[in-house]
Amino acid sequence: MKAPTLAPADELQVALVGSPNAGKTSIFNALTGMRTKTANYPGVTVSRREATVNIEGRHLTLVDLPGTYGLEPVSPDEEVVAHALHGEIEGVARPDALVMVADATSLDRSLFLIAEFLELDLPTCLVLTMIDEVSTRHGTVDIDRLSAALGIPVVGVVGHRGIGLDTVRSMIANPSGWERPILAPPAGLRERSAWVDSIVSTVVSPLDADTKTRRIDAVLLHPVLGVLVFATAMLGFFQSIFTLATPIVDRLEAALGSLADATRTAIGGTLGEFVADGVIAGVGSVLVFLPQIVLLFLIIGLLERVGYMARAALLADRVMGRFGLEGRSFVAMLSSFACAVPGIMSTRTIPNEKHRLATMMAAPLMTCSARLPVFTLLISAFVSDRAVLGPIRSQGLTLFGLYLLGSVSGLAYAAVLSRTMLAGPSAPFIMELPPYRRPTARAVLLHVWEGAWSFVRKAGTIILVTSVGLWALLNVPSSTPPPGFDDAQAASYQMENSVAGGIGKAMEPAFAPLGFEWRTNVAILGSLAAREVFVSTLSITTAAEGEEALTDRIQTLERPDGTKVFNAATVGALLVFFVYALQCFSTVAVLRRESNSWKWPTLAMGSMFALAYLAAYVTHTLIEAVS
Amino acid sequence: MRLSHLPIGSEAVVRGVDPGRAGEGRRLQEIGFVPGTRVRVERRAPLGDPTVYEIRSTRLALRRAGADLVDVELIEERDA
Repeated sequence: MKAPTLAPADELQVALVGSPNAGKTSIFNALTGMRTKTANYPGVTVSRREATVNIEGRHLTLVDLPGTYGLEPVSPDEEVVAHALHGEIEGVARPDALVMVADATSLDRSLFLIAEFLELDLPTCLVLTMIDEVSTRHGTVDIDRLSAALGIPVVGVVGHRGIGLDTVRSMIANPSGWERPILAPPAGLRERSAWVDSIVSTVVSPLDADTKTRRIDAVLLHPVLGVLVFATAMLGFFQSIFTLATPIVDRLEAALGSLADATRTAIGGTLGEFVADGVIAGVGSVLVFLPQIVLLFLIIGLLERVGYMARAALLADRVMGRFGLEGRSFVAMLSSFACAVPGIMSTRTIPNEKHRLATMMAAPLMTCSARLPVFTLLISAFVSDRAVLGPIRSQGLTLFGLYLLGSVSGLAYAAVLSRTMLAGPSAPFIMELPPYRRPTARAVLLHVWEGAWSFVRKAGTIILVTSVGLWALLNVPSSTPPPGFDDAQAASYQMENSVAGGIGKAMEPAFAPLGFEWRTNVAILGSLAAREVFVSTLSITTAAEGEEALTDRIQTLERPDGTKVFNAATVGALLVFFVYALQCFSTVAVLRRESNSWKWPTLAMGSMFALAYLAAYVTHTLIEAVS
Repeated sequence: MRLSHLPIGSEAVVRGVDPGRAGEGRRLQEIGFVPGTRVRVERRAPLGDPTVYEIRSTRLALRRAGADLVDVELIEERDA
């Protein structure tokens, strides 16, 4: 297991370590800027951020390790930190030096962690963040005395104002010159506790209580007000994701549409169609999600950094606990309303393995933004828009019903898992409530950039490949339509006799009980890779020109026997099918990576398809019986 | 006395931590629940559980089951 592949003699590797919320990541960002690489540790689910920096003519690699409370790991994140610091990860060198980042306002607790890091016997220095807050709370930290007591260099910084960062920068260039402790901190718990107390009493003058955080918590965690603020925040969250993003999405769609048309005419022939309907439509169907994804990361990043997310998790914990989940699951599920991929990735902060798995498995049932175009298309075409009660209208109500169905089913799914496959005793719930802080624009923007970019890269590849592949299958073999057919009829004829059309027809016996015919089946097949492909595929298989034409087309489309292809029962079944089915390669891939096995993604795919089929069948049968 | 039984606003000193069924006690110690440490009961979540404690100038939320593992000695009682 131990394979310390040493970096080149000149290439120093310095690791940043510290507890969560200590300000480690903002120090890392300040030292490295945008030159970071994010990669996964081999074989595990935790990503490492690293950057090469050049300080005083010296190249060195800075690695930002996940936040940790101790070197006896309880979560996947902490396990990586422990392994990395012991040099036990194959292909990854043990760091040459450690930069510990600790919050000066809670130095007494940080010292326990510092003691553990000092046991590693690596050159170590300490960066104390939030020293400005120490003085606003009328306290002092004697940095020189702390340095003397620990026997290592200590620097105080104010990260968001850049104070002290130059000292840190020139210090990390030369770890061999750092002072090393003469005596290691004592080992036993009581002895160590006494060691911490003695250092704290000589170095720190007591701070005023954090009245600001206490005052804000008195409102945000108030039994009535707190719940009210929470409900308003959640409402605002959805409202902004869907209403703020919509105009941008519409403009983007229009622009992509005209680009596709222009390309089709400019290039012409089959190649023109390939570029317009395969490539541009494929890339476009990813790009239209970008405004929502960016907004999602922006809002969640802000709430997280201000400190509200921990409060929301605290509020939701009791309810989530009923379903075998915990407060932090709520945050993950909230993200999943935009996209299950970042939702599943955010479960890394859940230390309890059972809670974490249950959350990851429930995430795909939250109504993600990829379902939205499918729902919008079907609802606007088949649900008449009339007022129900005040401003509530039937179309919006239908959409809300689908969201509710997904969320309730997700929670029930988690509850079933935690009572069966994930039953048994589990680790306790411990969550730190960080003090409220004003986030820096830089930190939030970096978070948005990293999230959005990884989404585009991942989803983009999969959707592009699928769209191009589907386009090819729908155009091979090329058939000559019978004489007298107009353009639309000729296009339909081509689709029906293509390879994809053949597959769609072969699927008919299986999907007939749900009321789906071959055109829908091909679109469902395409949506296996990503749900939004459904809409673009359906517009190809029904030979509709543009989104508006698609709405008309599916309303009027008839089977050879003269009955409508889409009736109330079929549309109902389709909507319900999309609530449950796990049609998303990216989600399957991220489930596989984050659970480190094929067992969970296989189970999710199988069970959610079974649920989707069953629920669609029941819906179809019920609506048929009523109408 | 168990930490979970303390009323809001009271202060206590940690006497010991039970190991727990899944080794949860160790984590509670690492995070600051070391014998001799002062702990203050800050507030309960709006729905009654978990509870927020202040220990070594950090706010930590524990569910009742976790706080049951911590044995404390009350030094100052105050009613919420």
